[in-house]
Amino acid sequence: MSDVQLKAAVETQREEVGARPVKRPWLSPLNKRRWANFKANRRGYWSLWIFLALFVLTLFSEFIANDKPIIVSYKGEILFPVLVAYPEEKFGGFYAVTDYRDPVIRDEIEANGWMIWPPIRYSYRTVNNAVPEAAPSRPSWQYDVKTRCAQYPEGENDPDCIVGNWNWLGTDDQARDVLARVIYGFRVSVLFGLILTLGSAVIGVSAGAIQGYFGGWVDLLFQRFIEIWSAIPVLYLLLIVAAVLPPGFFILLGLMLLFSWVAFVGVVRAEFLRARNFEYVNAARALGVPNRTIIFRHLLPNAMVATLTFLPFILNGSISTLTSLDFLGFGLPPGSASLGELLKQGQRNLNAPWLGIAGFVTLSIMLSLLIFVGEATRDAFDPRKTFK
Amino acid sequence: MSAQPLLSIRDLSVAFTQGGAESLAVDHVSFDIAKGETLALVGESGSGKSVSALSVLKLLPYPSASHPSGEIRFDGKDLMALGEKDLRRVRGNKITMIFQEPMTSLNPLHTIEQQIVEVLSLHQGMRDEQARARTLELLNEVGIREPEKRLGAYPHQLSGGQRQRVMIAMALANEPELLIADEPTTALDVTVQAQILELLARLKQKNGMSMLFITHDLGIVRKIADRVCVMTKGKIVETGPTKEIFDNPQHEYTRHLLAAEPKGKPPAPDPDARPVMIGEQVKVWFPIKQGFFRKVVDHVKAVDGIDVTVRAGQTLGVVGESGSGKTTLGLALARMISSKGEIRFDGRDIDKLSFNAMRPLRRELQIVFQDPYGSLSPRMSVAEIIEEGLRIHEPKLGADARDGRVVDALNEVGLDPATRFRYPHEFSGGQRQRIAIARAMVLNPKFVMLDEPTSALDMSVQAQVVDLLRGLQARHDLAYLFISHDLKVVRALANDVIVMRNGRIVEAGPADQIFGNPQTDYTRALISAAFRIETAPSGAVNE
Repeated sequence: MSDVQLKAAVETQREEVGARPVKRPWLSPLNKRRWANFKANRRGYWSLWIFLALFVLTLFSEFIANDKPIIVSYKGEILFPVLVAYPEEKFGGFYAVTDYRDPVIRDEIEANGWMIWPPIRYSYRTVNNAVPEAAPSRPSWQYDVKTRCAQYPEGENDPDCIVGNWNWLGTDDQARDVLARVIYGFRVSVLFGLILTLGSAVIGVSAGAIQGYFGGWVDLLFQRFIEIWSAIPVLYLLLIVAAVLPPGFFILLGLMLLFSWVAFVGVVRAEFLRARNFEYVNAARALGVPNRTIIFRHLLPNAMVATLTFLPFILNGSISTLTSLDFLGFGLPPGSASLGELLKQGQRNLNAPWLGIAGFVTLSIMLSLLIFVGEATRDAFDPRKTFK
Repeated sequence: MSAQPLLSIRDLSVAFTQGGAESLAVDHVSFDIAKGETLALVGESGSGKSVSALSVLKLLPYPSASHPSGEIRFDGKDLMALGEKDLRRVRGNKITMIFQEPMTSLNPLHTIEQQIVEVLSLHQGMRDEQARARTLELLNEVGIREPEKRLGAYPHQLSGGQRQRVMIAMALANEPELLIADEPTTALDVTVQAQILELLARLKQKNGMSMLFITHDLGIVRKIADRVCVMTKGKIVETGPTKEIFDNPQHEYTRHLLAAEPKGKPPAPDPDARPVMIGEQVKVWFPIKQGFFRKVVDHVKAVDGIDVTVRAGQTLGVVGESGSGKTTLGLALARMISSKGEIRFDGRDIDKLSFNAMRPLRRELQIVFQDPYGSLSPRMSVAEIIEEGLRIHEPKLGADARDGRVVDALNEVGLDPATRFRYPHEFSGGQRQRIAIARAMVLNPKFVMLDEPTSALDMSVQAQVVDLLRGLQARHDLAYLFISHDLKVVRALANDVIVMRNGRIVEAGPADQIFGNPQTDYTRALISAAFRIETAPSGAVNE
């Protein structure tokens, strides 16, 4: 092309470009193909939606299962007991915390306004004082009305003898509602798993990235450190720490995080070792791009494929670990909503099969959904996978 | 030519299914190969020539590949109708194949002997002594020296040419009637290519086999083929005896292919032009460490004391076989790897600068890499790729101004700027190389190291890229260091040439003098291999 021609071409192209700016699509074509592959795995796709629905629902557990009403209208004032803890004196009592399940308070509010309850009137630690038989008691639908409400002062005619006070899955050996504990337990498990997985991913990916990118001595020393580190028996450490520090969600999370990040290092490091010799990484170096930018812009996306593929499986592992610690009694503090604790109760009370079954079904559904999502993710990132 | 052809392909089509969409890779292709004949299938990448050849032995990834139509008759039998078991009896026995990349087509974990004996025992049931004797005979036949010593060697211990010879030995083990050679010399040096082609021609003559030769290189076709089929976009557009096709091409595409050789003249040598890059006694030695304490016992002298001067507006060509240290020299000059010896860029000593201190200079010192598929990040759009350097070297530039520079750079390399939001995989090899050139040019460099920028491209695209590079040089007074093993391209682009072998300069001087009157055997061998595909007397070049 001669210069004159070139100039003319440039002019026309400029105009064209100005006339219709090309908008960049939200998903790159590669990611579009991945999403299509993910959707092609129907089981994983539906599992994702079911899991997300369950997760979002349980995030609002307080509005589904709670011993406090959602909205109360009392003497012309609109109150939100779910969000705000009102002292009992507000309703004429003298305790610091209001027990809305108390018939006195209930009558007082009903007389001066109204209240809207969540569908299940128990929180995970609410003790049902009116269980039809000694706890653990059966699911409410297994009793007739008479037995179910026998413990209420007015029996069948008691205002508390309603569906909202049912124990759909029975109660545990401390007369707490199993369904409420399952809902809260699901949330705690998933949140614990998610935070632990994301935390380990951030630490593990950074550590793997640094080792893989710089290689040499950095890599050598870090690898030896990891070998020593991962040789520490986590369970013993948890036992020792549990004797010193009060057990709690975040202490447990922190302790697990100290060791779980190691899982990501190997795969990310390998990916970086491979990719740092790619020609486009060399090209970026030749442009004078600093190491930090090369790591983030050119190398991390490569490692992300491996990381994302691992993520659902690590998440599953984290949840199982929490459950097993709870089962052994080294997990969350006593009284917390935990599926492991539910399983332990099931094991102790073989005469109350609803405990073990509820725990087992919840866990297996949650873990299966996540595994199906994980499989679909793996399909989505498999470059050789073609669907017909 | 006998009445019945050995292989007869009629109306063959190949379709690939991906994501529900079907694309036709080969579209109703027909050709015959007679006994003892060499047929060349010529075309550019993506024309469907390899796919046609692979479908003869049904080696395609079924079921994502399918044959909507066609018939393949080999020696009277319909191969399409054969079951997997009967096909296996044909594969590696009656019809054998050699592939492009000898490193990856040999199993790295097995010795040469094991791999050849496997073929012998599979089809002929040979065992032990008998198989060993036949293996030695075959290795001798394909020109491997001292085959007894080579029997226990693993593929990585052999050179590229030797590996390809082993592949040929495996293909010949069962005395096939048809040999399919899929670009067997593309991955090899020109000098080795000439040796392999000579070997193939000799063996074909001796064993009386037929050959289906797939290549994109017309020079090879003229040398080796009896008849030629020209393929483009899945169709055969022209068939005929080699001489006829070359002398009197009928189809437009054939003429286009024939005209595709890089043409034009390099800039006139100007010894007074300002030197941009000067290297004095540049050395790159890689230490060989041994023992528990990793003591340095010796060095691999990749570049061993080389003087170069690259002047503004001029091109210095660096030629040599693979392993001669060309690319290492270029990387050392661009300070991508550490080296000894003085390097002056634009009047400044840069050989002692750290990576960070080099950064401001990087914009004036750019590199274009060999493989346009590897050198562009697949996750970044073209605009992001090109503006990456601008973000670093001109951080104050606003988004609009930066976009303007990207558009200018794309225009300059002859690409439609509207495509800048697309991703590299949507572009062809030639277009990708243009993007890589635009990435270098957007920074207005003074010196560009071109590391085999054309060797991964099709012939006709090569010529376009050479024209583009020459145009850019004239417009911006660029200094090029052009590294290539392809002397045709070097002749079209470089006004000065240095010839390298084993890290040292064998010959240096103006291009006219080197090409017109080469002084050393090595240079003469390179030139005759590149331009006439002839082998040199033994000893002048590597095997």
